[in-house]
Amino acid sequence: MGQDFVMLSLTPLLIGIAAAVACALPGNFLLLRRQALIGDAISHVVLPGIVAGFLVTGMVATGPMMLGAAAAALVAVILIEVIRRLGRIEPGAAMGVVFTAMFAAGVLLLEQSAASGVHLDVQHALYGNLESLIWLDGYGWGALTDPKALAGLPPELGRMVAVLLCTVLFIAVLWRPLVIATFDEGFARAMGIPTAILGLALVAVAALAAVAAFDAVGSIIVIAMFICPPASARLMTDRLGRQVAWSVVFATLSAVLGYVLAGYGPLWLGYDNAVSAAGMIATVSGVILGGAALFGPRRQSVSRADATSLASTLAE
Amino acid sequence: MALELVGRATAPDTDSPLSIRGLTVSYGEKPAVFSVDVSFRPGQMTAIVGPNGAGKSTLLKAALGIIRPLSGQITSYGRPLHEGRARIAYVPQRASVDWDFPARVLDVVMMGLTRELGLLGRVRASHRARATACLDRVGMAGFAHRQIGQLSGGQQQRVFLARALAQEADLYLLDEPFAGVDAATEKAIIAVLHGLRAEGKTVIAVHHDLATVAEYFDRVFLINTTAIVEGPVAEVFTPEQLQIAYGGRLALAQMGGAAAG
Amino acid sequence: MLWDALTLQLGYNATLVTLGATMLGVGAGATGTYLYLGKRALVSDAISHATLPGVVLGFMVMVALGGEGRFLPGLMLGAALSAGLGLLAVTGLTTRTRLHEDAAIGAVLSVFFGFGVVLLTVVQVMDAGRQAGLETFLLGATAGMLRDEALTIAAGGAVVLALVRLLHRPMILVAFDPEYAVGQGMRLARVDLAMMGLALAITVTGLKVVGLVLIVALLIIPPVAARFWSERAGHVVMIAGAIGGVAGYLGAAVSATAPDLPTGPLIVLAAFALFVLSLLMAPGRGVLAAALRHLRFQRRVHLRQGLLALAAGQPVYEPLTLRLMRRAGLARADGVATETGRAMAARARLDERRWQILRSDPAFEAAAARYDGLTPLDEVLTGDQIAALDRGLGPEGAV
Repeated sequence: MGQDFVMLSLTPLLIGIAAAVACALPGNFLLLRRQALIGDAISHVVLPGIVAGFLVTGMVATGPMMLGAAAAALVAVILIEVIRRLGRIEPGAAMGVVFTAMFAAGVLLLEQSAASGVHLDVQHALYGNLESLIWLDGYGWGALTDPKALAGLPPELGRMVAVLLCTVLFIAVLWRPLVIATFDEGFARAMGIPTAILGLALVAVAALAAVAAFDAVGSIIVIAMFICPPASARLMTDRLGRQVAWSVVFATLSAVLGYVLAGYGPLWLGYDNAVSAAGMIATVSGVILGGAALFGPRRQSVSRADATSLASTLAE
Repeated sequence: MALELVGRATAPDTDSPLSIRGLTVSYGEKPAVFSVDVSFRPGQMTAIVGPNGAGKSTLLKAALGIIRPLSGQITSYGRPLHEGRARIAYVPQRASVDWDFPARVLDVVMMGLTRELGLLGRVRASHRARATACLDRVGMAGFAHRQIGQLSGGQQQRVFLARALAQEADLYLLDEPFAGVDAATEKAIIAVLHGLRAEGKTVIAVHHDLATVAEYFDRVFLINTTAIVEGPVAEVFTPEQLQIAYGGRLALAQMGGAAAG
Repeated sequence: MLWDALTLQLGYNATLVTLGATMLGVGAGATGTYLYLGKRALVSDAISHATLPGVVLGFMVMVALGGEGRFLPGLMLGAALSAGLGLLAVTGLTTRTRLHEDAAIGAVLSVFFGFGVVLLTVVQVMDAGRQAGLETFLLGATAGMLRDEALTIAAGGAVVLALVRLLHRPMILVAFDPEYAVGQGMRLARVDLAMMGLALAITVTGLKVVGLVLIVALLIIPPVAARFWSERAGHVVMIAGAIGGVAGYLGAAVSATAPDLPTGPLIVLAAFALFVLSLLMAPGRGVLAAALRHLRFQRRVHLRQGLLALAAGQPVYEPLTLRLMRRAGLARADGVATETGRAMAARARLDERRWQILRSDPAFEAAAARYDGLTPLDEVLTGDQIAALDRGLGPEGAV
């Protein structure tokens, strides 16, 4: 390990872990609010956002592309809400209409722009390129204390860590209103908590994490990060604080195991190249979820009150 | 038969913990609540009564700002409602909540202390003690660490009430607190509510059981999309008013038992 | 050029693709309706993404058996098998754990897809160059489509349509009210299987035309658009099929006019355009129609409330009510009624009092149910009946 590890594996690992955790944190609340699929929507619209950013500015640089992605996520959320209300369409279908159309527009724009010479790889957009985020200046463990070497760290690392800190801050500071609004929206509003804005903020934070993670794991696998670790955690405990902690553990585990298996697995089996790290991370998170679904201590629904029939008899 | 449209006050009633003027709420093209005027009296227990689909829950939710009305003005102690939330506690219907949520009974009761705790305030032993005292008051002392999904309907209702008690409000609004609960829970809840009244608090509850209105409540507000009448039970909970509210569908036997007279 | 494309004169290949895409669109629109009406639209997303591992494995198996690897029916079989597994996983997660359906869909979607991506790169590792062409299943690629492939796709669409026709009644019943359907003796699991199976068939059929990421669009957008045009489930199915077919036709035709216009996205965008049209223009549920209705309704409510206030001798205080009343000539700027206003207010008050009497009289129970604060009494009772009512009103009686 040693030298090679620091140069080739350390930064991808750290970026992968940061991406996974940054997505898992808001994912816990999205899961409880039955908004798990908003991750599906966001990750599909990141592509047209990036293409738009690059078309508008003419360069394949991260700044405009990420701004474009963020703008696209915002546009998507607004469009979904508008369509939902105007058309009285159920949320899942409204999401499906908006994100597929936006994704199609993105692909179309991409094909058109390929003629202009600059090339954006659609496959890369779909499943990222974590293995390429290496640290050429990382000559060894000593490089961690060498300012010159540190200056050469891949920018994706700094970005991802910054976004991770944002999500941690958001969840920590707004923990109480988030929990109350998620548990009982009517009560929260009666207390004066602005539930609509809070919900929007949660989605915005999730979108931020998705956009930042896009570079590492591409757009579609981000969904796995939003859902699988929190879902696995949900099956392990009845307490929200512990659920969030478990989700962080599972996210980290998926990222580390996924990366290692993807990078070293083929080598161990006698082949030369690596397989997709992002794909492997998603797969590992799925295996963990499968394990939790089969053996998790709290996997069963314990609710005695039958909420749905009660709702129909009491509602006015 | 003398019929009165419920009168409108022109100045905000500073005594009334909840005063509603011209409230209209509609779902699509059908008004659920139409042009309702009512001023609830302080320190009393008022029941909101009417047939199914009469707009009782809708009235409460619109008054609290949970749903958007088409028109109307809501004041609490003479001020716009949103300025007075600190003095108002709301107990919603149980069905509105996903009981699978990862929370224990004590966690739910502590939600009532949010206003004091704010975003980052530390939870001290004193807060926990208060929450436990509220649980005690509703007879759920031993359940503090139970997962809420494991509770029966009546127990869930009591936890909701404990949460409201933790808010130490002046006005308590309850939506069908006795629906689907066992007899013991009903007794416990009504004891708590009468205790609140003895402390000078105001209680307003959507109530579905005509037979117990006179026994539990001081005043009653009859509604069927429009306001029918509001006043002391002895005065307005009469067969005539009930006829109007329930559209003549009420069997004479029911009314004989219900109207206190 | 565009005209040639739309009239199928751009050559053999283009015509094949267009007809295949049309058939696919019709089948997808019809099938998707049952999922949409049953509020399970996004299950198709899980199904489509779960096809990837199967496609790649199918490829690997066929290569291992000495074949070319890109034999479409073989790949479709692989796709169907892994998507089927994905469906089982979604059901398993939803029924046996406390997770809800949206979480199960998202988990299966992303994990299966991720695993498929791993397999794709494995193929890359094992034999560089061979996997070129498998990636076309992600976004579709109709250039150079073989005649047999196009026929397979058209046939797939047609078979699905026939099955939809056959299974329409049970599927609609289950989509609307599963518990009632069970009460009627229907086997829920079987009907569910049929619905999902059809969605699967469409997905697998459409892999080559629009790719797995976009096929979900054809299963969702046409039904959502069709819903605006009809309140009858059977009609919605047919309209959805028509919209899907038109989208397929337009998208494929236009994409044939230039090399950098990919078929899949164009079909989806055509469907979306039809959706926007429906959303805005549909006479019943469309936005413009609804906005007009709402404005009219709001006006009626405010005028009625205002008149009743005037009749009770109170000035009107709510600004919007006041404005509407002034515009209708019923009140002056200071909230005091005009002549017309007073007359109408008196009439409104009389109407209201008549309603109150009606509501308390058991003889008028049916009519009483129509009370909503707005409907005038003469829309509900005849002149004679109103006269009879007035006789009970007392001396203040009629105007």
